[in-house]
Amino acid sequence: MGKRVAISGNHSIAEGVRLAKVDVVAAYPITPQTPMVEKVADFINQGRLDAKYIAVESEHSALTAVVGASVMGTRVFTASAGAGLALMHEIVGVASGNRLPIVMGIANRSLPSPWSLQADHSDSMAERDLGWIQLYAASCQEALDYTLLAYRIAEEVRLPVMVCIDGFFLTHTTEAVDLPDQADVDQFLPAFERGDIYLDPDDPMTINQLNSEATFTELKYRHNEALNSVVDLFPHVAKEFEERFGRKHSLCTAVGCEGADVVVVTLGSSSGTARKVAGQMRADGQKIGTLQVSCFRPFPKQEVIDHLKHAKAVAVVDRSWALGTDGPLAQEVKSAFYSAGLNVPVYNFVGGLGGRDLSEATVKRVIGKALELKEQEEQALYPIWIDVKEEAK
Amino acid sequence: MADLVSKGLTTCEGCGMELIARSILDVLGQNTIMLTPPSCSAILTGFGSETGWKVPAFQSNLENIAAYCSGISVALEHQNKTDINVVALAGDGGTVDIGLQALSGAVERGHKFIYVCYDNEAYMNTGIQRSGSTPVGAWTTTTPGGKKEPKKNIVEMLLAQGIPYVATASVGYIDDFKKKVAKAREIDGPAYIHTFSPCPPGWRAKPRDTIKIAKLAVDTNLFPLFEAIDGEVRVTRKVRKVASIKEYLELQGRFRNIRDEEVESLATDAENYYNKLLESEAK
Ligand SMILES: Cc1ncc(C[n+]2csc(CCOP(=O)(O)OP(=O)(O)O)c2C)c(N)n1
Ligand code: SF4
Ligand SMILES: [Mg+2]
Repeated sequence: MGKRVAISGNHSIAEGVRLAKVDVVAAYPITPQTPMVEKVADFINQGRLDAKYIAVESEHSALTAVVGASVMGTRVFTASAGAGLALMHEIVGVASGNRLPIVMGIANRSLPSPWSLQADHSDSMAERDLGWIQLYAASCQEALDYTLLAYRIAEEVRLPVMVCIDGFFLTHTTEAVDLPDQADVDQFLPAFERGDIYLDPDDPMTINQLNSEATFTELKYRHNEALNSVVDLFPHVAKEFEERFGRKHSLCTAVGCEGADVVVVTLGSSSGTARKVAGQMRADGQKIGTLQVSCFRPFPKQEVIDHLKHAKAVAVVDRSWALGTDGPLAQEVKSAFYSAGLNVPVYNFVGGLGGRDLSEATVKRVIGKALELKEQEEQALYPIWIDVKEEAK
Repeated sequence: MADLVSKGLTTCEGCGMELIARSILDVLGQNTIMLTPPSCSAILTGFGSETGWKVPAFQSNLENIAAYCSGISVALEHQNKTDINVVALAGDGGTVDIGLQALSGAVERGHKFIYVCYDNEAYMNTGIQRSGSTPVGAWTTTTPGGKKEPKKNIVEMLLAQGIPYVATASVGYIDDFKKKVAKAREIDGPAYIHTFSPCPPGWRAKPRDTIKIAKLAVDTNLFPLFEAIDGEVRVTRKVRKVASIKEYLELQGRFRNIRDEEVESLATDAENYYNKLLESEAK
């Protein structure tokens, strides 16, 4: 049996990296990711993780170096946040385009400007279409478990994974976490095996070279097929995980959605808050449901449709700026609904930006506003900024 | 010895870079991983299903080839595979301009890899734009009136950083280059060779003059040949009789409109720098 410890979200991901027996780590510090990579460096220094740590001079080089180490056939880890992830942008597509099973911890932080040290999803959302798997954890336990799931899935489909945790709300919050035994993790996550591409003088090949239109589309098509296959793979891997570790994980988690007047859809740490508020309202006789989306890429369209199709209205909360259009989560939900021919109103709320708490009061306002719009049969073409101060209007 | 670079590559006639590539693998052999960034050396890494390398190769981005080398080198170390050479073959633009940060970081961290910069003194692959390594007075498409600023000296920057092995070389003296590659292989850390590499179309020069120009660059002291092991400078080709800078410039159309005072500044800078190298050698 494992043991129960009190650790932060950053430490939870670091524990996942240790248990995954990663070989090479390259990282550059940035708030609020710093304690995550410090902890990994500490594990290596203590001899609890037999890995090499490359203290690179930038995030661009961090992701580059793990791409290099990954094509050599080693299990790798990097981590970043906010502006650091933005600096990696060019290499984000290289990692996924070469089908490398890299895992990257993201301590979600708002992109400048204005400068902010705190959470929203604008950083990881800016990378959402570059062919990585994206998992958003709502607790420290999920941060650890998703890291282990990430390596397992990454190495099965040969794609990189971002494990995202909200800056400060999760990175720096201590929670009780069940730490699995190494022996169990070794059973769940077999030793690293190199894929189809590698640099080996005994079997030379040229990797990542220029392609023409004659092959480009097909390579991207296969990449997309591999990414979408995760929707089917995830439940199988999660089932195995549950059998071994006793914890259940899903692409998305629905509570009280069936026939709900409003379902609140969330990503990340606000999911717990939404569940608490909805639970209280249900106890008071109101029909309020919640849906936490854990896997944002690939987007589990069918699962989301199935959970939401019997709701009377849906309130999607985007913790991302949505300048000029809907927030990314609302875009996904609306697109899935339209494809399925559903005529359920979807209202998009933007909130919790730059570290503002997505509080119980805010969630209640979201629900109240959604009920009101539904009642008045009103459309909201653009997102409603639910927690903006009056003085800005 | 087996030819580890294919014949029939699509580099231009008289390309210095191609000779550098072939010479590297002549010395290092099969147990070598080659990396190229976007640049003319990417021609060797190939297009679609074709490649010019018979050794493993990776196409990097323009600014991060040294960071790829870092990851590859550290992974090899972790796997206890210490007999594999990791080589970057990058242009001057990918080295002294956009790639400087990654190079400096990798050198500071001390990874074992060999970085060969072929210096054709401009961004050639994108159509002859100036780089930090373009000399004073040279025409490029972005310096239509000739470059005003002197060439950036990356070798001195790396020396100042304390790199264990740094050298200059020229395709005009290819045996000297090969010796330096052989030395670089023995270094337990980063090794850098800055190699003068004429580019006939970019320099508006005749392909048959490539070697002549590459020798003249050395013999005029514009591009002195030296190496430094742990900072100990040694001039590897002493220039007894300084050749004519005028002859050097006249072989290249890019200098057609160079002004007299620019020629003078080239000559003075060359003399001063060569003397400085001799002095540091004497120390
Ligand atoms: C980030 C980025 N910016 C710009 C380019 C376009 N680009 C490709 S090659 C090149 C010039 C490279 O010059 P150099 O390193 O001197 O090599 P050469 O072309 O002379 O062989 C540029 C600017 C690129 N590939 N990537
Ligand atoms: S443009 Fe210059 S460097 Fe590029 S292949 Fe031709 S000769 Fe070589
Ligand atoms: Mg160049």
